[in-house]
Amino acid sequence: MILSQLPALQVTLPLIAAPLCLLVRSGRAAWGIALFASAASFAVAVLLLSRVLDQGTLSYEFGGWAAPWGIEYRVDIVNVFVLFVVTAITTVVLFFANDSVRKEVDASRQSLFYTVWLLCLTGLVGLVMTGDAFNLFVFLEISSLSSYVLIAFGKDRRALTASYQYLVMGTIGATFVLIGVGLLYMMTGTLNMADLADRLPAVMATRTVRAALAFLVVGISLKLALFPLHLWLPNAYAFAPSAVTAFLAATATKVAFYVLLRFLFTVFGVTFAFEAMPLGIILAVLGAAAILSTSAVAIFQDDIKRMLAYSSVAQIGYMVLGLSMASVAGLTASILHLFNHALMKGGLFLALGCMAYRLGSVRLGALAGAGYRMPWTMGAFLVGGLSLIGIPLTAGFLSKWYLVQAALGQGWWPVLVVVIVGSLLAVVYVWRVVEMAYLRRPNDSDASAVREAPLSLLLPTWFLIGANLYFGIHTRLSVGIAGKAAAVLMGQSQ
Amino acid sequence: MRDNPVLRVVTKIIVPVIFLFALYVQFHGDYGPGGGFQAGVIFAAGLILYGLIFGTESIRCLISTRFLRALIAAGLLLFASVGFLPLLMGWNYLDYDALGQNPLSGQHLGIFLVELGVGITVAAVMVTIFVAFAGRRDS
Repeated sequence: MILSQLPALQVTLPLIAAPLCLLVRSGRAAWGIALFASAASFAVAVLLLSRVLDQGTLSYEFGGWAAPWGIEYRVDIVNVFVLFVVTAITTVVLFFANDSVRKEVDASRQSLFYTVWLLCLTGLVGLVMTGDAFNLFVFLEISSLSSYVLIAFGKDRRALTASYQYLVMGTIGATFVLIGVGLLYMMTGTLNMADLADRLPAVMATRTVRAALAFLVVGISLKLALFPLHLWLPNAYAFAPSAVTAFLAATATKVAFYVLLRFLFTVFGVTFAFEAMPLGIILAVLGAAAILSTSAVAIFQDDIKRMLAYSSVAQIGYMVLGLSMASVAGLTASILHLFNHALMKGGLFLALGCMAYRLGSVRLGALAGAGYRMPWTMGAFLVGGLSLIGIPLTAGFLSKWYLVQAALGQGWWPVLVVVIVGSLLAVVYVWRVVEMAYLRRPNDSDASAVREAPLSLLLPTWFLIGANLYFGIHTRLSVGIAGKAAAVLMGQSQ
Repeated sequence: MRDNPVLRVVTKIIVPVIFLFALYVQFHGDYGPGGGFQAGVIFAAGLILYGLIFGTESIRCLISTRFLRALIAAGLLLFASVGFLPLLMGWNYLDYDALGQNPLSGQHLGIFLVELGVGITVAAVMVTIFVAFAGRRDS
């Protein structure tokens, strides 16, 4: 009985835990509740994953109302994989958060911090689970509103303007999504995604449906931080608390990418989105532009958090580039990169959190000689950086390898050039940090004060970094599931 | 505004009526227009009017910030646990049919409790927002 209720538990566990966090006063107790809730939802995600692998798509009717009318949760191999990533990342980052947050957030506001964290998790998980287009908008708002608050928790006062900027852009994005969903509802009279996919072909040729596609793609791209719409992201990531940056960087944009996949491939269908509409070439150009321009901008950042934020926009470019090919191989590369990028950016931002914990700053200048004073932290950053560049035997190499293969498979050789140039630019910005940490002498004045980060921060960091190495060698889980998910999205049976 | 006798007297007369109307909108929401959200806002409007005339301090005397926070959580918990009850009885989440003898009474009870949860949370959030903004100067 409990197994059939898993889809409901996935969303309601963090939702119920959130008000409990609000009731307790101490930050530590709230942290315990949050950690328990996200570990439980990770367990649920693992169970769901194994069930989906066994039985195929699961469907859950909320309140017992049947599918096209009621809200249906539909779990297939695509979203269960994203669920797995999101819940795993939040659990690992929460282990990290205890000490990091105590240093970066006022004691009186820590329980509120974890409340909002859980609400954000609820929103993200709900976004991924739901099979209802309007329900998706509601969860989009839950996750967005709570992530604005999480960012505003940053110590620096500029976190408030960053959060406000994100709020304005995010609200425009969410409104566009709502308009798109509204237009679809107008044409078909249904909000259920599977039902929409059945009814849309009859009205495909209308301007309304084309407008709906445009609104949805632009709206989701704002949340995804696709190249020209990414301007909110660097500030938001740079000024948020370390744990929040790691959490959002590894989950929020991934979930937005999943939503884009879901709308383009499941709701509209490949033929409409990529043949009737010129979406393939638009997304390919924007993806390539994202890789080249934001990697170049990242080189000139002094704040390493900001540098990695720009690099995140570039990595989103790789994912969108794979999507724009609209082929099984391209989608496999995209979904694989979604997974791998969550691992590497999660690990890298956690390593930055360790540095912020000991050095109080993540500006490049503060890192002089840090490689000798914090060898484990810098070692983690180095390995994560290698994965970001795409050195063989790391996870980052695999996704780029699959991307290039997919591109060459359909004769898109310029993609090869873009990937190589993007990787070389990544070498440059990772090297700047490595040079500062290992080849500069530490400032003697404060050398004795700085020690290695505590184990409670290093363990989660190395867990994610270790996963980069593990999934760089053992590809069965990640590549296997990504391939199956791509086949499902392209409409081929599992 | 405390010094203006007209405002003071009118407020004292009108606030109980606002509360009563909020409760009407809350509990009659199943049959007529209204429901938890509207009722919560109306209830909060009564408290906010009281605070506008007699000062935010008087709201804080009435309800402490900590109690407000507990109310926010309690409303959401009520909503979520009503959803959980059917689940424990082997039905789907939020399937109120499980709560009564027949679907009609089950749905009625379920939506009644859920709307109550919504009302409590909305009223508490509204007052919290008002106190947080209006009380900024004092702190």
